[in-house]
Amino acid sequence: MSYIYIVPIELADHSYLEKLEAFIRDTFRFKTKIRELDIRLADAFDAHRGQHNSSLILQQIIMSPPPDAEKILGVVDVDLFIPILTFVFGEAQLKGIGSVVSTHRLHNRFYGLPEDREVTTERLLKESVHELGHTFGLIHCAQPRCVMNSSTYVENIDQKSTDICPLCSKNIKVENWNPFTKGFQFSWWGK
Amino acid sequence: MKPEEIGILIVDDEASVRDSLYQWFTSDGYRVDTADEATSALKKLQENPWDIILLDIKMPGMDGIELQNRIKQIDKNIVTIIITAYASVDTAIQALKDGAFDYVTKPIDPDDLSKLIRNAVEKRRLLTENIQLRQQIEELMLPDEVVGESPAMKKVMEMVNSVAKTDSTVMILGESGTGKELIARAIHSRSLRRYFPIITINCGAYPEGLLESELFGHEKGAFTGAIYRRKGKLEMADKGTLFLDEIGNISEKMQMDLLRVIETKKFTRLGGDKTVDADFRVISATNKDLEKSIKEGSFREDLYYRLNVFSIVLPPLRERRTDIPLLARYLLSKYASSMNKQVDDFSPEAGEMLRQYDWPGNVREMRNVIERAMVVVKGTQIQAADLSFPFPSPPPPAGGESLEDVEKEQIVKILNQTKGNIAQAADILKVSRLTIYNKMEKYHLKDGRNPDKRDK
Repeated sequence: MSYIYIVPIELADHSYLEKLEAFIRDTFRFKTKIRELDIRLADAFDAHRGQHNSSLILQQIIMSPPPDAEKILGVVDVDLFIPILTFVFGEAQLKGIGSVVSTHRLHNRFYGLPEDREVTTERLLKESVHELGHTFGLIHCAQPRCVMNSSTYVENIDQKSTDICPLCSKNIKVENWNPFTKGFQFSWWGK
Repeated sequence: MKPEEIGILIVDDEASVRDSLYQWFTSDGYRVDTADEATSALKKLQENPWDIILLDIKMPGMDGIELQNRIKQIDKNIVTIIITAYASVDTAIQALKDGAFDYVTKPIDPDDLSKLIRNAVEKRRLLTENIQLRQQIEELMLPDEVVGESPAMKKVMEMVNSVAKTDSTVMILGESGTGKELIARAIHSRSLRRYFPIITINCGAYPEGLLESELFGHEKGAFTGAIYRRKGKLEMADKGTLFLDEIGNISEKMQMDLLRVIETKKFTRLGGDKTVDADFRVISATNKDLEKSIKEGSFREDLYYRLNVFSIVLPPLRERRTDIPLLARYLLSKYASSMNKQVDDFSPEAGEMLRQYDWPGNVREMRNVIERAMVVVKGTQIQAADLSFPFPSPPPPAGGESLEDVEKEQIVKILNQTKGNIAQAADILKVSRLTIYNKMEKYHLKDGRNPDKRDK
């Protein structure tokens, strides 16, 4: 039996995790586990930029995966970057096992707005499904409502839904995957 | 274009930059590859086609600017984007001058990178589409209807090909109906101006005042009836070709105006005072002997020399009789397809009539004769009775009237007399045997009897 692991990494606020776990279980129809792994954020810190290199965190995540892990999603609250970009919301291995997502830029307070927990949670759900989607082999989708639509700023995240569109769900690369028997909800598609 | 149809090559000596860009573009669905320095980038360029290349400006060995220049030499339509760690205005300007699509400083805002690539893809799409459309236009452009295998026509076509690429002014001389406009179009369609119009104006067809307004256009109210501003043919021919047919028939005042326009490429519309520029190539044509007109004082010498920078003389059809069957068959198949008729040949008599006729109206006359025959023809062959010549001429002596024809006829006659004996024929004709051999070869006189053997 394989699981999608949700791995909080030096996370101050764990209160989002329960909802996140339920949502991921529901979306991908996989069993899930919340488990801490031995990952040190300090090793990925870039003092010059004052940010954490997401690729270095990802490297640690995939270094020694638990044997029953189908996919691993790291969750952090520090600001992430990849060397060429000013920041990223998260990063994933395309068709790989590992992914990481950060709540840092999902908070309204980051943009000088009053904090709204509901909004932050919804953004975290979307970005988590998005990054995990990459590990299932999905590339960015041109459908503006699909969760696999690329988000380069936070309003982008708000514009898309939490769902994987039918076309993308057909492309999910996993053994015995059938979006229809797995009980996908396509309620708003085609409306 | 779908993302998977776009190839993006990333050239950077920093592995972390290469990897993160690779990851970023792969998750967008693009075909992506990386190179860590210029040489391996150039190698990848030989192996696969790339649409967009992102290249670091500072690399060991060949730098980004030089690599970009090499890439542009290989394919100037590849979209290049320069990336660098330092915002240096000088190198940015240099990169853009050398044809970079854009210039970005590391690290890039994800949204900026996303927009940049979107624009680069759009630019590449337009470039590719442009190339494809040009090819389609070339394919759609009607093939030139210049038909002729005779040495005279081959020479004409050689001249057309060599003058087309230049921007020289050309004068086409030839009898009426020899296809002067066709040659003008052939020059235009082979020239660099071919994507712009060729504007024809028949100078002989307009009274003077009208020709002026046709050529120069007019402002609103320039004369009674000029109720709106109208562009002249000179303006319409901008960047293209202006074909002045029957140039020998224009008035002295027009000659003067035209001379000025051709020299300055500037003019004013009738009733206007604003100078208009137009960039056009002039091709003119006439069936008149302009040198005679100059002597008579009816054509300006300076205009003549302006127009006659390069001249092409079109031979009349009767001087290139070997082209008659070719042309006749060409016209036959053309009308057969346009009239949807199953006619594919001429009867031997009809063919002979076409060959013997003098064609005073040249190709135009032949076109009319064959078109008419195609209307009346019954069956799959055009018969002699279907042909009707507007100017019936007495059949010329077999083989024509030129000196060569007479010579050939005489040799054939004497060879018949001597039953093919070349020594005797040479005797009668008072030339050497070798001359007879040479002439026989020239006129292809070997039919059936093998004179070589007979002589031994």
